Amino acid sequence: MSMMVSAQQRYQVGDKATTFKLMSTEKQMVSPEDYPDAKGFIVIFSCNTCPWVKLYEDRIEALHQKFAPQGFPVLAINANDEARSPGDSFEAMQQRAKEKGFTFPYLIDETQEIARAYGATKTPEVFLLLKEGDELVVKYIGAIDDSPRDASQASRKYVEEAIEAIQQGKAIKDTEVKAIGCTIKYRRS
Amino acid sequence: MKKLSLMVWLMAALGALNAQHVEVLDFPAFEQRLKTHSDTLFVYNFWATWCRPCVKEMPYFEQLNQEFAHKKVKVVFVSLDFPDQLERLVQPFVEKKNIQSEVVLLNAPNYNEWIDKVSPKWTGSIPATLLSMPAKGIHDFKEQAFEYEELSQWVSSTLNKLHP
Repeated sequence: MSMMVSAQQRYQVGDKATTFKLMSTEKQMVSPEDYPDAKGFIVIFSCNTCPWVKLYEDRIEALHQKFAPQGFPVLAINANDEARSPGDSFEAMQQRAKEKGFTFPYLIDETQEIARAYGATKTPEVFLLLKEGDELVVKYIGAIDDSPRDASQASRKYVEEAIEAIQQGKAIKDTEVKAIGCTIKYRRS
Repeated sequence: MKKLSLMVWLMAALGALNAQHVEVLDFPAFEQRLKTHSDTLFVYNFWATWCRPCVKEMPYFEQLNQEFAHKKVKVVFVSLDFPDQLERLVQPFVEKKNIQSEVVLLNAPNYNEWIDKVSPKWTGSIPATLLSMPAKGIHDFKEQAFEYEELSQWVSSTLNKLHP
């Protein structure tokens, strides 16, 4: 039986999200707590192998370039079981990060505890977190924008819109936007 | 030699003739199908050529389609490949794998507008499968990859509810 993560177990918008401490491709342990000045985090469940992730890699980098200076860095997390998806090994992640010149931390969730805690089901999938006191609160879940094929054709940039709404003290228009993605390969228990 | 190459050509041509043509549906057309009442239990499997676990489980759905045909079960593979990849990727895939179950391509880029209409339980990952028989109120969705045994048991237990 495969470990199932169902919609019911997922974080919902408004939930308090767990913090984490995960190894980056640069072999550093990275945690949201390492960013005392951050206002929040663009947590993206990602991987090496999903064609939909590949379509979005440059846009993920662009999000980090744009929003890290504004206090919302990207933290990308790969939780795929290496046994089920050899292309998602730590070494492969290091190679991909180097090839693409990622400037955001690309983290491995080896135990899959964080992906399970968040209820992440697919890549790419964004959980936008906002710091509220000592807590991380989920403000947006879902797609990066509405145009997987072509960034220039996007008419809605959901993550950007959500951060801008937060910055302006407005309500986020769409707090959850579904899109297609690749199943996260949870370890078979 | 000439005869052989002619034979090969003829077989290829016949194979192509036998292969189904993948129909492209927009969401309203697909939704129409989802809602149509009939005495058949439809198994809609959402997949894409780029999705490895999807491709891996397709033979099980083919087997299901064959072994449950007499019980009025019908598998429909719903491709979520991009529509402009139909001729280059999807149609050749269907021909190469000689897929017997019906294959359609869903041309519906506004994912957020229709994923919940297939099932609110669906977060959007594939593979995903819907068992549907509107006439009997059956609408059961699973976002997971299947092995044959688990798949056939799910379908059997659904059929048992229909014909206790």
